[in-house]
Parts: sequence; structure tokens; C-alpha cells
Amino acid sequence: MSANGLWRESAAALAARVRAGELDARDLVRAAWDGPGAEWEADVHAVVHTDPVQRESNAAAAPRTGALAGVPVLLKDNLCTTDFPTTCCSRILAGYRPPYDATVVERLRAAGAVVVGKANMDEFAMGSSTEYSCAGPTRNPHDLTRVPGGSSGGAAAAVAYGLVPVALGSDTGGSVRQPAAFCGVVGLKPTYGRLSRYGLVAFGSSLDQVGVLARHVEDVAITYGVLAGPDPFDATSRPGPAPDVTGFDAGVEGLRFGWPANLWQAGVDAEIVAGLERSAVALERAGAVRVPITFLPGEYGIAAYYLVATAEASSNLARFDGVRYGFRHPESDDVFSLQTRTRSAGFGAEVQRRILLGTYALSSGYYDAYYLKAQRARTRIRREFAAAFAQCDALLMPATPTLPFRLGEKSDDPVAMYLSDLFTIGANLAGIPGLTVPVGLSADRLPLAVQLLGPEDGEPQLLRLGRALEVGGDRSRLTREHRTEVAWPSRR
Amino acid sequence: MSIPREEVLRIAALARLEIPADAVDRVAAQLSAVIDLAAQLDQLDLEGCEPTTFAPAEAPLRPDAPDGRQLDAERATASAPEAEDGHFLVPPIVEHLEP
Repeated sequence: MSANGLWRESAAALAARVRAGELDARDLVRAAWDGPGAEWEADVHAVVHTDPVQRESNAAAAPRTGALAGVPVLLKDNLCTTDFPTTCCSRILAGYRPPYDATVVERLRAAGAVVVGKANMDEFAMGSSTEYSCAGPTRNPHDLTRVPGGSSGGAAAAVAYGLVPVALGSDTGGSVRQPAAFCGVVGLKPTYGRLSRYGLVAFGSSLDQVGVLARHVEDVAITYGVLAGPDPFDATSRPGPAPDVTGFDAGVEGLRFGWPANLWQAGVDAEIVAGLERSAVALERAGAVRVPITFLPGEYGIAAYYLVATAEASSNLARFDGVRYGFRHPESDDVFSLQTRTRSAGFGAEVQRRILLGTYALSSGYYDAYYLKAQRARTRIRREFAAAFAQCDALLMPATPTLPFRLGEKSDDPVAMYLSDLFTIGANLAGIPGLTVPVGLSADRLPLAVQLLGPEDGEPQLLRLGRALEVGGDRSRLTREHRTEVAWPSRR
Repeated sequence: MSIPREEVLRIAALARLEIPADAVDRVAAQLSAVIDLAAQLDQLDLEGCEPTTFAPAEAPLRPDAPDGRQLDAERATASAPEAEDGHFLVPPIVEHLEP
């Protein structure tokens, strides 16, 4: 393997060679920045904070023994790091350096991973296109005129073009799975509470979950194994050991996947529907069983989500007041005007819109009609999922209703933007895990993806099904020696 | 449904946000559009559905003892826009105090 081809390798392969002493973590970091980073980054703009000196010193300090030994990892800019700024791509946190690492970051570093920088995102993770970033948009490496999805768009794009084999994002309504689908990479949103939220800047606390993006299902499984498990610093972290996902390569013989075809009768791109059908056939060929199911339409989830998420955001973002960190408006007469001017100049338009909406939904006289009703609708949605999972091990469905859309196409129409989360939001409302897997390219060479949803702690079967899709349902390829071809973006 | 201008301004004050006068109508229309979307919940049968919160039934408590992760005042104020001697600085809150 030549040094300049290292960046094409999986995290699993790289870590094995670092542990064997064949490679040094510094080689991997340099291979990334001298290779795809040099070629792509100026056009794609996936990274918002990095620094060659810090990258080298992180590589030198990384243990050579862990599951991710020497593997370069990029983090969404809402995960607290002591060595790079953490700004949530918002002016209000300009220059902020947290005094501690998020628990997931600590665990990554302990497993040998090298944090190489921070990835672009929609401001405070509010958006589906990475256009609402104070650092400017990220572009989709498969077509630079299109969005990478969001809000973890920088993380997904960087994995897609080859800067890093693994990145961490966060998923409040689909913010890992939707950009993974748009960029043609694998994206996992674990069960609520499985990965610690300590050090993840809060957006919607009952929905937020740290997620993993990678080019291979195996790398997602390894990273999940490193990160998952209880954390005494997160009171909502799930007690007990995380499920074992090392059997992701065990095949899908006898697994039952639900097929809620009523969800894509209208309004879903025909090529996505065709990709779903091919995926279902591939899973059947590999020994899984298709179970037709009727499921509650996603529009109810959108309605509940935009009340719950904005209500919780309005409360969580109250802490940004120009006193303790980040930006402060230079002109103020008193504390009230200091807070109001700082927040009005520091938050972007979409964040302000959501804070206003959430404040409205929580305000006196509206609480029962909006927030409480939305929380009750979540219970209804959880029951729908419970009924579905009584019949199957996972649901197979679209990740998104459309292929990646063009920059500017939806940025002025909040409701149109919100509808791109139609298929992903249910998992956050119900607290269940979801996985998006790339399943080829469209006629225009844009990534096609499908989504798998499972019951709580259903990560093992999601990864087994995802792995089977990765090899096109070909059981003879379900071994570690037969890695899948990656649909690399081409320059155009 | 349409959210009136005065209501938007009341909410903005609660949220400590200032909406420029020429933007109030646009913000009101955008908020109204999302509230209309949310009105779809009225069609859902929620009989017998208690609210979901994901709050843990029993909060896992840590021992009430220092654990080495303490944040000293200097580090806590290191990213503050204005700080002095480990204190955050803000404009006067109470003025004209007679000694």
C-alpha cells in the first residue's frame, strides 16, 4: 500500500496496521491532507477548524493499541474538544474552547483515534443542508452544485471524499442519517442514551444522540463498540452494557424486515423507490424475510418533532447570553440589552426562528395545545413502532424522500426544508436506532440510500442487515476479506 | 392560522431576541406556516397516550464528592467575553445603590 493511497483504506484495516507497527498515525494524518484533502477541501468545505501542528501532536500522542489505533477522525463542531474550538458553526460561540472533552471524544482518544479537526454543520445542528452555517455551506462531493444534507453535512462529505474513514455527528431528527444518504456513506443513529451526550452541545435533549459516519459498516460497528455504554456524567445515558455488534458479519438468514410500502406511495423519488426494491430483493436473496407492514405516515412525526425540538431548543439555547463564553455584542446599556443584542446578532435566522417557535409552543396558554400534545403524539408513534417490531426485526424504508437537492433550493422555505426529514424523525421521537446504507448511484450519479430502523438496542441486527446490503446480498462476500467497493465521488 | 404581530413581538422579548421592524411580518408568516404543519396532530387519535419524555425513572446519582474534574475559576472564565480575577463581568445590574 503506497503512502498516498492510505486514505482509501477502512478504519479497521488502518488500525490493524498501526497496531502491528507497520504504520504510524502521523503517516495517516499526512496522507489525508496531502491526498484527498488537498484535492477536494477547497471546493467541498467540510472542515471548519483544524491545524497541522495540532493534528501532528494528536497523532504523536495517540496510543497504538486500541480498536481505532492511529485512525484520523473528524468531529462535528458541536462536540466539545479541548484541542480545537467548538463553535456549533455559530457566531455566538466564535472562538470558544471548551475546558473539557466530550465523553465520546475521550473514548475515541483512548481507543487510539486521532482527532484531526471539526466538521461544518448547520448552526446548532438546526438544518438539513449545512447551508445554515456561519462558516458558509459545505458542498456535496458527488455534485458540487448540491447540498451534502445536514446538519452533519461536513462530517458526511469528508468521509465521502476520503479525508477520514470515520467521523462523528449528532442526530436530533436525522442529522446523521440524512447527510450520510446524500453523500453515499453509512450513518448510524444509535438508541437514545446509548452514546453519552456529555459534551455534546444540547439542541433537543430528549431527541439528541451522537452518531457515527463511515464508508464501511464494519467501521461503524467498531466505532460504536468503542463509544457505546453508560456514562455517569450523562443522567440520560442508558444503563447496562451496550449490545455486542461484533457479529455484524454473521449474515441475515431468518431475520425479518418490515416493508411499510404505504410510506412511499406518494412523494418519494422513483429512483429511491427502485433502490429500496433492489435492496429488499438482495436481503431476501441473503436469507432474510420480507414482512409487509402498514405504518403511520411520517407527516405526524414532522408535526410533533418541530414542536418538541424547538421547545427544547428554546430552553437549551437560553444559556447563550454573552456572559460566559463566545461572542458579546459590544454595545449594551444593561444586562437585558446585552443579552438581547448578543443573541440577535449572534444567532442566525434559522436558529432564531426555532427559538421563537419553541418559546411560542412553551408559552403560557399554548403549552397543552402544542408541547404536551406533541409529547403525547410521541407515545402514539412509539406504540406504532412497538407494534411493527412485534412482527419484524427491523424496518426497511427510505432515508430521504428526494435525492440531494441544489444549494439554495430550500433555504428560504423552512417547511420544505423540514419535510426532507420525513423518514428520519420517527426514530428520534421514539428513541430507537436507525442506520442509512448507500445502495449505489442514481442515473445522474448521485448517491442512493436506504434506511433501516430497529427496536431499542437493535443495533446488532441493523448492522447485520446493513452489511448484507453492502455486499449486495451476496452471502459469499460476507467475510472480512471481501470488502465492498466504495462509490467514490468523481471530480465534475 | 396566523400569528399576530404583537404576539411575535411578545415571544421575541421572552426569547431575548430583537426582530427588525421590517422583518416582523415575514417571521410571523414563517412561524404560522410551521404552526399550521403542527396542527396535523389534531387528526391523530391520542386517546390513552401519556406524554413521552425519556426522563429517566430514577436519576443515576454520582457520589457527592470531588472527582478531580473540578473546573477552577480561571479555566471557567477563560472563554468569557469579559472576565476579571476569575469572575464574569456584566454591565451593572442594580444602579444608584446608596451606600
